[in-house]
Amino acid sequence: MEMTEKSYHTHLEPKNGWFDIDLKEVWRYRDLIWLFTKRSFILIYKQTILGPAWIILQPLMTTLIYTLVFGGIAGISTDGIPQILFYMGGNAVWGFFAACLNKTASTFTGNAGVFGKVYFPRLVSPISTVLSSAINFFVQLAMFLVFWLYYVVTGQVSPNYIGILLLPVILVYLGLLGLGFGIIISSLTTKYRDLAMLVTFGVQLWMYITPVVYPISTLGEGGLRTVIMLNPVTCAVETFRWAFLGQGSVELLYWGISAVVMAAVVTLGVIVFSKVEKTFMDTV
Amino acid sequence: MSEQLAINIKGLKKQYRLGQIGGGTLTADLQSWWARMRRKEDPNSKIGSDQRLIGQRFWALNGIDLQVKKGEALGIIGGNGAGKSTMLKILSRITAPTEGSVDIYGRIASMLEVGTGFSPEMTGRENIYMNGAILGMTKAEIDAKMEKIIDFSEVREFIDTPVKRYSSGMYVKLAFSVAAHLDAEIMIMDEVLAVGDMAFQKKCLDKMRDAATVEGKSVLYVSHNMNTIRKLCDRCVVLDKGRVIFDGDVEEAISVYMQSSHLNMSPTVDLTHARRPGYTVGTARMEHICFEESDNCTYAPGKRIPVVFTWRALAHLEDVGVRMLVVNQDGSPVGLTFSEPLKTVDSGEWVESKLYLEFPGLVEGTYMLTISLFQGDYVGNSIILDTLERACAFQIKNDNQTDAVLNWPARAWGAIQFPNITVR
Repeated sequence: MEMTEKSYHTHLEPKNGWFDIDLKEVWRYRDLIWLFTKRSFILIYKQTILGPAWIILQPLMTTLIYTLVFGGIAGISTDGIPQILFYMGGNAVWGFFAACLNKTASTFTGNAGVFGKVYFPRLVSPISTVLSSAINFFVQLAMFLVFWLYYVVTGQVSPNYIGILLLPVILVYLGLLGLGFGIIISSLTTKYRDLAMLVTFGVQLWMYITPVVYPISTLGEGGLRTVIMLNPVTCAVETFRWAFLGQGSVELLYWGISAVVMAAVVTLGVIVFSKVEKTFMDTV
Repeated sequence: MSEQLAINIKGLKKQYRLGQIGGGTLTADLQSWWARMRRKEDPNSKIGSDQRLIGQRFWALNGIDLQVKKGEALGIIGGNGAGKSTMLKILSRITAPTEGSVDIYGRIASMLEVGTGFSPEMTGRENIYMNGAILGMTKAEIDAKMEKIIDFSEVREFIDTPVKRYSSGMYVKLAFSVAAHLDAEIMIMDEVLAVGDMAFQKKCLDKMRDAATVEGKSVLYVSHNMNTIRKLCDRCVVLDKGRVIFDGDVEEAISVYMQSSHLNMSPTVDLTHARRPGYTVGTARMEHICFEESDNCTYAPGKRIPVVFTWRALAHLEDVGVRMLVVNQDGSPVGLTFSEPLKTVDSGEWVESKLYLEFPGLVEGTYMLTISLFQGDYVGNSIILDTLERACAFQIKNDNQTDAVLNWPARAWGAIQFPNITVR
């Protein structure tokens, strides 16, 4: 007899509450989260020549292009920070958020085949997406640190070392924010596919209202600055710069507002997601 | 065996909407909404489609009450659209019920498909982890069972090869092995055994049988293959139009199902009212078929079967022929026969023809006939004017047992005994 002693009881009913997500169950499936995360790496780099080197090459090339276009041709100030570091750091932080958002946005449509045949907590899928984006970020961060160490040793940047301790906060915050927006969009795309187009486009535009290729200080003190500061991604990017590069606007007021926005988005996301996950197979 | 409940289904209903649900894009939905507001025709509806049908609801499950005990192997049979798959989907938590409730005591392993989540690029071993985790096992549980799974799958030599290099048989064996080794207390299977070679199928059936009798698991098994139902299940329910119409003994259930699925053994069958599939042209309509020279449609092997077949033309038709497909009881086709073109008919004309069917070599058993009226066109294709799937049934039975091969296992040998081999 190979029966587990634990007794499981599942009750299925049509009505479900507003916040009907069983987080304990998600935790039981943690091995699956990890396997999904691992698979996303294995599958991307199978049958490529350069393999995992692409994790580094992509952001490196983006940084070089930013340096050339925004730093060189457009001549946008970087607050005295070496251009390479400025763009590489901003791109890594923004890239993490954008990846979380873009990839979780296709949770339902991209996994319809699996979701239609077997049950597991659907939240497993977006969570593993955020994890794999985080791993991607850490690889980029390692590359960033190599350049950063050189500039720190040569005295060209003066970091706020204590601020570096905030890095986990920044990551968790951005991950949750991307996850929240992503699952809202993924829930809506089960019915309306055109939202998926809007997302790719919207995320590109969003980058330009986030201080990724310019510092917040270039905006002066006008209304535009307030708008950009209200963008919930701004505080994360600026805090990262302030910690590692010594320049950036960290304001508690805007952090507070952003945190409230993030909490609202995640709550709304989980509510919409839990509504949709039960019946999306009937509409997808 | 304990009498504890494993599954308790109360008043389960599931409703689907017919017709199109939403336009698929936001703009199309807004267009439709705007058109409805102005009482104009919806620009996104199909031209001429019946507006009354759009948004009409239909019950895929219409009040199911069912209890499954621990250690029970329950078969679920029913025709297409009876609600079998919908029920399994709700039990597997893929979709939610519309009304009613389900209580499940224990973990569920559902195999609605073999190899869900397999990635072709990953090796057999990696896929065991992946598939096992998707089905709800933890890594530790998979580790503990890895050797058993590999042994059962019979693909040990290839376990570290990407599964895209596997033959389809190997793929299925590996996938089934993972599912068969789940620690769940309840196993749900939707015809997954209809794969793999005979020996492996038997091995799987035995494994499932053991799961129920030895390990005390509950097994819910859906199949159109009555033989596997007989081998595996000790209780069987028949679903029809979203309701349970029979619950109990397996053999009785199978005979109830056979009757409910148009298995009409009376010599005269009225064909006018049965539902036609959508692909027929509809310019002719079959009315009756009457088996002669037998009261219960039973004939000796090799004997000519005379039938009187009547139909009505709804347009002027030339070169209409009759086509009959002989189908096994489990739904698999045995063979096809055509008639020569019948005479030219005018619209409204009523045709009665006497047809002689000959099935030399067809072994003892019950068969169904799918009858079609067709018209050969100039390029050699045929147009189906009217079709009735499994319209009627007949039985081949030998009166004197001397010249028949006893115990012909039709499942292994097929339904046709060819003429004897000539030896010189």
